Amino acid sequence: MPSDYFIPDPEGHSPNVAGYFGAFGGKFIPEALVAAVDEVAAEYEKAKADPAFAAELDELLVDYTGRPSALTEVKRFAEHAGGARVFLKREDLNHTGSHKINNVLGQALLTKRMGKPRVIAETGAGQHGVATATACALFGLECTIYMGEIDTERQALNVARMRMLGAEVVPVTSGSRTLKDAINEAFRDWVANVDRTHYLFGTVAGPHPFPQIVRDFHRVIGVEARRQILQRTGRLPDAVAACVGGGSNAIGLFHAFLPDTDVRIVGFEAAGHGVDSGEHAATLTAGEPGILHGSRSYVLQDDEGQITEPYSISAGLDYPGIGPEHAYLKDSGRGEYRPVTDEAAMRALRLLSETEGIIPAIESAHALAGALDLGRELGPESLVLVNLSGRGDKDMDTAARYFGLYDGEDQK
Amino acid sequence: MSSGNIALLEQTLARAKAENRAALVGYLPAGFPTVDGGIAACTALLESGCDVVEVGLPHSDPVMDGPVIQTADTIALQGGVRIADVIRTVREAHAATGKPVLIMTYWNPVDRYGAERFAEELAAAGGAGCILPDLPVEESDGWRKAAERAGLATVFVVAPSSRDARLARITEAGSGFVYAASLMGVTGTRESVGAEARELVSRVRAGADLPVCVGLGVSTPAQAAEVATFADGVIVGSAFVKRLLAAEDLQSGLADVRELATALAESVRR
Repeated sequence: MPSDYFIPDPEGHSPNVAGYFGAFGGKFIPEALVAAVDEVAAEYEKAKADPAFAAELDELLVDYTGRPSALTEVKRFAEHAGGARVFLKREDLNHTGSHKINNVLGQALLTKRMGKPRVIAETGAGQHGVATATACALFGLECTIYMGEIDTERQALNVARMRMLGAEVVPVTSGSRTLKDAINEAFRDWVANVDRTHYLFGTVAGPHPFPQIVRDFHRVIGVEARRQILQRTGRLPDAVAACVGGGSNAIGLFHAFLPDTDVRIVGFEAAGHGVDSGEHAATLTAGEPGILHGSRSYVLQDDEGQITEPYSISAGLDYPGIGPEHAYLKDSGRGEYRPVTDEAAMRALRLLSETEGIIPAIESAHALAGALDLGRELGPESLVLVNLSGRGDKDMDTAARYFGLYDGEDQK
Repeated sequence: MSSGNIALLEQTLARAKAENRAALVGYLPAGFPTVDGGIAACTALLESGCDVVEVGLPHSDPVMDGPVIQTADTIALQGGVRIADVIRTVREAHAATGKPVLIMTYWNPVDRYGAERFAEELAAAGGAGCILPDLPVEESDGWRKAAERAGLATVFVVAPSSRDARLARITEAGSGFVYAASLMGVTGTRESVGAEARELVSRVRAGADLPVCVGLGVSTPAQAAEVATFADGVIVGSAFVKRLLAAEDLQSGLADVRELATALAESVRR
């Protein structure tokens, strides 16, 4: 029986044999990791061809994750979007509260197939870390999560969740102490412990085959959403929108719509205090091609190839790189990528909360802010589909401080 | 068109072999603790018993390095080290000693600078070659052409996990010597050198004529002596960096690294 949920890349969208999407991708890794990365690629090819793998993953996605996730029309929110109709793909309703679980369950099954007892992962907002710790609890795997020290502070709730789930959380104190540095530290662990450890990479970046594997496990988002919106409205959306840090939730939504050339594909990246301020994480807007974390893509870097420190209020988007397939979509013109400031994202977060009773993650709020602009541009009767990639519980402390919501503070 | 010193590197390793000893290869990052201090330290290594020095070009994201070299890289970058400073370090250390000097760094800074321009400038400074541990052989064509034209060695790193077919492909593409990682891990000092190193060296030798130098985790004269029994060269990095980090001032740091280099040079004689 064909799988309802695991629908790997169709013809024409696979990277080439060296792992490139156009000029982007590849495998820039130390020799010590070559054998392990090749093993992951080989195991994934075997799993794709094995109906039992798809069946086991399907069962987990339904009974454990709660797929399919809902599609919600947000009419009161859309009143601020120039008369457009806005639909949210509710990945926030998945078990663990974000889209990250889709990829994690797939890779956890791969880990079991490879016979490795230990999993490591990086996390920014903590959503990938929580999802990974969850899957490790479910499958009885040892779990170590690397998280930048700054992120352990601003996402303290998720740190506690990971520890509750039995994972070891290692705060990373090098570099900018955010997601980039957590990935560096996870690679160092992997090199030293590769015999018994799988690096459960959390986004569509990294060396080939990770951009492809993570993408394939998230394709379900767009496949479901496309089906749902056709059922609901009888037509395709005018635009699909998602936030992009590394780009996993975005590629998951976008991918099923790539052949629909009338559907605009728009990614929203974190502009922090503004792209001109120098304090941002808008990699596709302000970066240039380079190599970071094992692949060639757009990178925030200086004139001598040193990676520059990104900034965003959102820990999950605070990353100076981007998945290579997004770089390819940008350069080919199929995808558009725009910056959204902290301020615009936080306004959208509050607006969705007050108009719809849905508190989004700050990451996802970047896509919501972008959708308000898209709706105004596309005009009345247009249809915008937004990926609500995660829920905002983890961000309540940041948001409460931002808006002055604690007792004794002046509300902003 | 200038020509780099690959021949000097080859002669130096051959001479060590003829003297029935392993070559001693030292590593220090440029710009650490300052650009001039780094030049003095690299020169001190070469004057005190190192046959070859690898000058590190510091990178913001050194994923193959442990905390010691990360710390030194951060100090160098905060001090504003630029690629021109790294090239100057190579030039001055080589000019002062006449010995072979290589650059070791990550691929992005070289790629961004331009492989040809980088190779040209390194060769013009008297450099002997380059080690790029995150540039796998499959992605290395462009760099290798530039290096070959400029008379520079391309030293590849191999690991205990490298399968024989890959070892053959890597040693076929490499020149100067082969950098054999003694263990699976990042740079840093270790208690002991694993048995994996000896086996890796013999696997490399089975398919290639290039000299094999062993690095990662080698820090003491006793470890160097052990590695020297089976390898053509012994690479020591973090142990030198540690001494400079711990020193109260540059002069005492230089004295400390000279002392270690002298002891290591003695220990690599079989």
